[in-house]
Amino acid sequence: MAMKKLLNNWFAQALLFLLALGLTAYVSQVINDVLPPYVLIIGLFIGINLIMALGLNLITGVTGQLSLGHAAFMSIGAYSSAIATVNYHLPFLLGVLIGGLVAGLFGLIIGFPTLRLTGDYLAIATLGFAEIVRVQFTNMKITNGAIGFLGIQGSTTFPIVMTIVVLTIFAMVWLENSRNGRAMLAIREDEVASSAVGINTTLYKIQAFAIGAFCAGVGGALFAHTTTFIQPTDFGFLKSVDILSIVVLGGLGSIPGTIIGAIVLTAAPEALRSLSNYRMMVYGLLLIVIMIFRPYGLLGGVNLRQVVRRALMWPKKKQSGGRA
Amino acid sequence: MLKLENLEVCYGSIKALHGISLEVKTGEIVALIGANGAGKSTTLRTISGLLKPSNKDSKIVFKEKYIYGTGEGSRKYESMLPHKIVEMGLSHVPEGRRVFPEMSVYENLLMGAHSRKGKPGQADFDRVFHHFPRLKERIKQMAGTLSGGEQQMLAMGRALMAHPDLLLLDEPSMGLAPMLVEEIFHIIEDINAAGTTILLVEQNAHLALEISNRAYVLETGEIVLEGRAQDLAQNEDIRKAYLGE
Repeated sequence: MAMKKLLNNWFAQALLFLLALGLTAYVSQVINDVLPPYVLIIGLFIGINLIMALGLNLITGVTGQLSLGHAAFMSIGAYSSAIATVNYHLPFLLGVLIGGLVAGLFGLIIGFPTLRLTGDYLAIATLGFAEIVRVQFTNMKITNGAIGFLGIQGSTTFPIVMTIVVLTIFAMVWLENSRNGRAMLAIREDEVASSAVGINTTLYKIQAFAIGAFCAGVGGALFAHTTTFIQPTDFGFLKSVDILSIVVLGGLGSIPGTIIGAIVLTAAPEALRSLSNYRMMVYGLLLIVIMIFRPYGLLGGVNLRQVVRRALMWPKKKQSGGRA
Repeated sequence: MLKLENLEVCYGSIKALHGISLEVKTGEIVALIGANGAGKSTTLRTISGLLKPSNKDSKIVFKEKYIYGTGEGSRKYESMLPHKIVEMGLSHVPEGRRVFPEMSVYENLLMGAHSRKGKPGQADFDRVFHHFPRLKERIKQMAGTLSGGEQQMLAMGRALMAHPDLLLLDEPSMGLAPMLVEEIFHIIEDINAAGTTILLVEQNAHLALEISNRAYVLETGEIVLEGRAQDLAQNEDIRKAYLGE
């Protein structure tokens, strides 16, 4: 009980947050100095994918709006941050923030017309939007078209990504347990009933969309400053599907699930590298097998607070809750 | 408290309501009875803003304010969104209960208070538990695992969390055992006695007429009869058509 009270106290939460943030920054710095670059870069991509997947988890997992255009927001974040740091010589972290904000703004603008649609129709609309964005970037001068945007500085480091990851996780957990987060969950559960109890469904759907797009934008910005070179084909339909697979495979709506999903799906293609030509085949097989044995995802229905509480109280009593 | 004038609603090209008018006065229980497809649920869904009327001279007035339509001498055309209507004090318990299945009873009730500013206090919960003591026992249970009757109670409790002045109930007896139906109807009377006006849609005309003050009979989108509930219960045609005699 004492632990439970502690977790509900905002001061304890803030302390825990700062502690986790500091610890992450420190530990990731140590890891950064020890591990070989090859492993680090995989860790980096796990982090970037996780940030974007957490954003999509809010849209698709929590609010229940199927979006197939997440890569579009990623590309908007990538290009706008690259333009900010290369053309306007802004500092890297400011560029990342700009990437997130511009993507979030587009999420807002796109959200208004498309979120009147539901289910498959929304998926198609977001898919169309993603294609428009990709073609637009291919034909713009400032993005250097199909040739690709060159000369971005490789400023992204492992500690920065990990710190942003922890920041995002905390923000998502906090949001999920807030009034707004509950409203989003209610919309996934039953949209008509949500309206009937007085939830402004359009407002919360757009909110989820904008925050999710912001995360994708941040991820895209970090991506651009990792690869130092981006082109429109980096952000095609397959990229959207990659991120969606992380969310679905981890467990829709589950933050720990999304974390596991990002680790498994980013590391698997690397771990399977020894299979050379059969790599993607085995990867596909892996996806199928996981979905057969865990149809709700690896950690479907598990939320982070339950995990923490259960871990803290583990010897005393087992808590029920969540989906079996 | 609530007044409908010339309400017309279409689903695509099919007209479901052919200009109905009705009134609910403060403190009443008013029943809306009729067969399947008569337009009862459509009427409720239109009042709560989930559907919009198809003609511009429809009027829905709640507590002297226009939810839909243009007032006399006013040029402002109003068409309120559902969440605004809930904020005004009109709650709708939709057909088929529609609780949030993967949220606990507590969270469902919490969602009911969403339209009110600030967190609901213990008093709000106690008010609901006063009418539905069974919900208190089930407070931590997932709503999807409740029985049909308990889900109906939860749906009504959830609506009460918004402190409505007018409660729209859509088929509260649907799919419930006769014993439970009796219980639910007693609770409806209690809620009304505690000061909430009620507009009730029911297929079970017998029970509905028993607890209500006045009733309207709806047939294929038109009101064919209205009057005091006792009078309608004695009416020959009603007895034949809806009471099975």
